[in-house]
Amino acid sequence: MTAEAPRGAEAPPELVQLLTPEGERVEHPDYDIDLTPEEIRGLYRDLVLVRRVDLEAVALQRQGELGLWASLLGQEAAQIGSGRALAETDMAFPTYREHGVAWCRGVDPVNLLGLFRGVNHGGWDPAEHNFHLYTIVIGSQTLHAVGYAMGIQRDSAEAATIVYFGDGATSQGDVNESFIWASVFNAPVVFFCQNNQWAISEPLEKQSRIPLYRRASGFGFPGVRVDGNDVFACLAVTRKALADARSGQGPVLIEAFTYRMGAHTTSDDPTRYRVASELEAWKLKDPIERVRAYMFKNQIADQDFFDAVDAEADELGRDVRKRCLELPDPGPLAIFDHVYAEPHRLMDEERAQFAAYLEGFEG
Amino acid sequence: MTTLTLGKALNEGMRKAMEDDPKVLIMGEDVGKLGGVFRVTDGLQKDFGEQRVIDTPLAESGIIGTAIGLALRGYRPVCEIQFDGFVFPAADQIITQLAKMPLRSLGKVKLPVVVRIPCGGGIGAVEHHSESPEAYFTHTGGLRVVACSNPVDAYTMIQQAIRCDDPVVFFEPKRRYWEKAEVDTSADAAGWTPFDQAQVVRPGTDLTLLAYGPMVKTSLEAAAAAEEDGRSVEVIDLRSLNPLDIERVEESVRRTGRCVVVHEAPVYNGFGAEVAARVTERCFYNLEAPVLRVGGPSTPYPPSKLEDHYLPDLDRVLDAVDRAFAF
Ligand SMILES: Cc1ncc(C[n+]2csc(CCOP(=O)(O)OP(=O)(O)O)c2C)c(N)n1
Repeated sequence: MTAEAPRGAEAPPELVQLLTPEGERVEHPDYDIDLTPEEIRGLYRDLVLVRRVDLEAVALQRQGELGLWASLLGQEAAQIGSGRALAETDMAFPTYREHGVAWCRGVDPVNLLGLFRGVNHGGWDPAEHNFHLYTIVIGSQTLHAVGYAMGIQRDSAEAATIVYFGDGATSQGDVNESFIWASVFNAPVVFFCQNNQWAISEPLEKQSRIPLYRRASGFGFPGVRVDGNDVFACLAVTRKALADARSGQGPVLIEAFTYRMGAHTTSDDPTRYRVASELEAWKLKDPIERVRAYMFKNQIADQDFFDAVDAEADELGRDVRKRCLELPDPGPLAIFDHVYAEPHRLMDEERAQFAAYLEGFEG
Repeated sequence: MTTLTLGKALNEGMRKAMEDDPKVLIMGEDVGKLGGVFRVTDGLQKDFGEQRVIDTPLAESGIIGTAIGLALRGYRPVCEIQFDGFVFPAADQIITQLAKMPLRSLGKVKLPVVVRIPCGGGIGAVEHHSESPEAYFTHTGGLRVVACSNPVDAYTMIQQAIRCDDPVVFFEPKRRYWEKAEVDTSADAAGWTPFDQAQVVRPGTDLTLLAYGPMVKTSLEAAAAAEEDGRSVEVIDLRSLNPLDIERVEESVRRTGRCVVVHEAPVYNGFGAEVAARVTERCFYNLEAPVLRVGGPSTPYPPSKLEDHYLPDLDRVLDAVDRAFAF
């Protein structure tokens, strides 16, 4: 692919797809899926609501209420499809953009905003949601997911882990080591790579000369590429991979072929490195529009339903905004909290010194 | 004379080094078209091409490891680590290989590799974007470790680091990237202060404040405030952390009799501990007070809403100055 050709303008081969960008249902020999109208309405609602939370977060950042935000715009189907494939006992390990998966795991969006607002480093209980903390150091969490999966193995539990990472992350040593460990130990882990085509300014070609899903075969486990903008296909492919992992068949690498519609984060300026035509080409593959078209055509929902979801999204956006603004700033001594699980002399000493120093100003 | 920001001064310094020596390479994540997330390498790929300004895969161990190989082949790679907190995936290559290979070859191998690290906090960033990892590297024999604090030094020190035949870990105070000063880009390099020398940036007679990188400016502000209380505070920019220019420090502390070391990194086992120990050893009989340290708490860097409390500010430095006078 040359630098000039809009990335992903043509659909790549070997792509599992169940719903075309035009909203036509297609069949796939290995991954077909039967969804009830209610399930389809549920997926649509998820997609719309997480997009709304994301838009609200971008707006909040622009208004100075968040230090930073990593937008999921364009990646909703990959996240909702895979997130809704998880069983309650499965454990998810995200990076920093998995707001849609967090939604599926029941993490309050305000918690995510709190992290980017700088009131804490995460703060939710990973065990309560089976959704681990966000990981900012690229690729680290892939090894944690494999270790967790090895624990599942030892406990003979009916569960699997899923770990999220980007196309850029596949270059990291940790990610490659995680592939080796998962393979050698036959760990029940699904590697879910959202190939959104860019690692900040670097296109996929700077990370790999082969399609990413094919990496898996070199490590000794299957890889599959799915249309990351097709929520049905993402759900079907992830469901199967998780079922295989749970039943002892070892790891799978899923490459969700998608596109990051926004900037890398709110501090990034994508006009410096990518062309507008690329964005235009991908707009035609919007993950929400195709479900909506399908639902209309097949009378799975009427206008009232769509209006109701939009109203719900507006209400959610308002609620998230309000509660974000109400998040209290932590007190200065919070710096010393939770650094250690057991009492710690140095923390006690430094906390006392700092408290005394602060009292000096009240004098 | 041209007015340059610290970030632009680094850019001009690297540009000059690349013009002077075709073996100089720039490598790192997003250093090409984007010009780095802080734009410090802006325009270099456009002017020197993709063979000399290399957008690398997203792999820090890979960046340093391949830089070592390129250096073995006669190149002089200047590696950008995007943020302080991301140097650790490369720590293995820096600590076990880069630092030790010259010694292992009994001096036959030279590794002129520069590892640029934007460091420190104060920009309201998320986790892993505000750390001060200097102590890990000053603790590793075989690495030179330097920190610039202003545009003039940024311009000269980056060139000196690139010319140096030893590996250099080069810290850049990210919250000072946008600060401006007049830089004489035509001055002869022979006249530049050697990059392993400390510099008195404000003379004084009653107390010596030692700082480097982002804390130099804060210390200068503190010294100006102390002046209003009738205290004459000398400020020294250490510039080089390994080797440490202890002679310059010693000369100052012998005169003033009081010493405070300031850095952003946690105090416990921080770089200030080394300085304090050396100053005490050399100046024991001249000291009117113990050498005091000001730095971060011994905790992970906090979420950004707390960083103003975590980072030493004017008041915290002045508080230490007061304590030094109270003995
Ligand atoms: C170890 C490490 N190096 C560098 C960075 C800085 N950084 C943050 S995101 C990013 C690009 C990540 O790209 P990709 O893995 O494709 O994920 P995406 O953000 O596109 O979802 C980089 C270089 C980091 N967070 N961690």
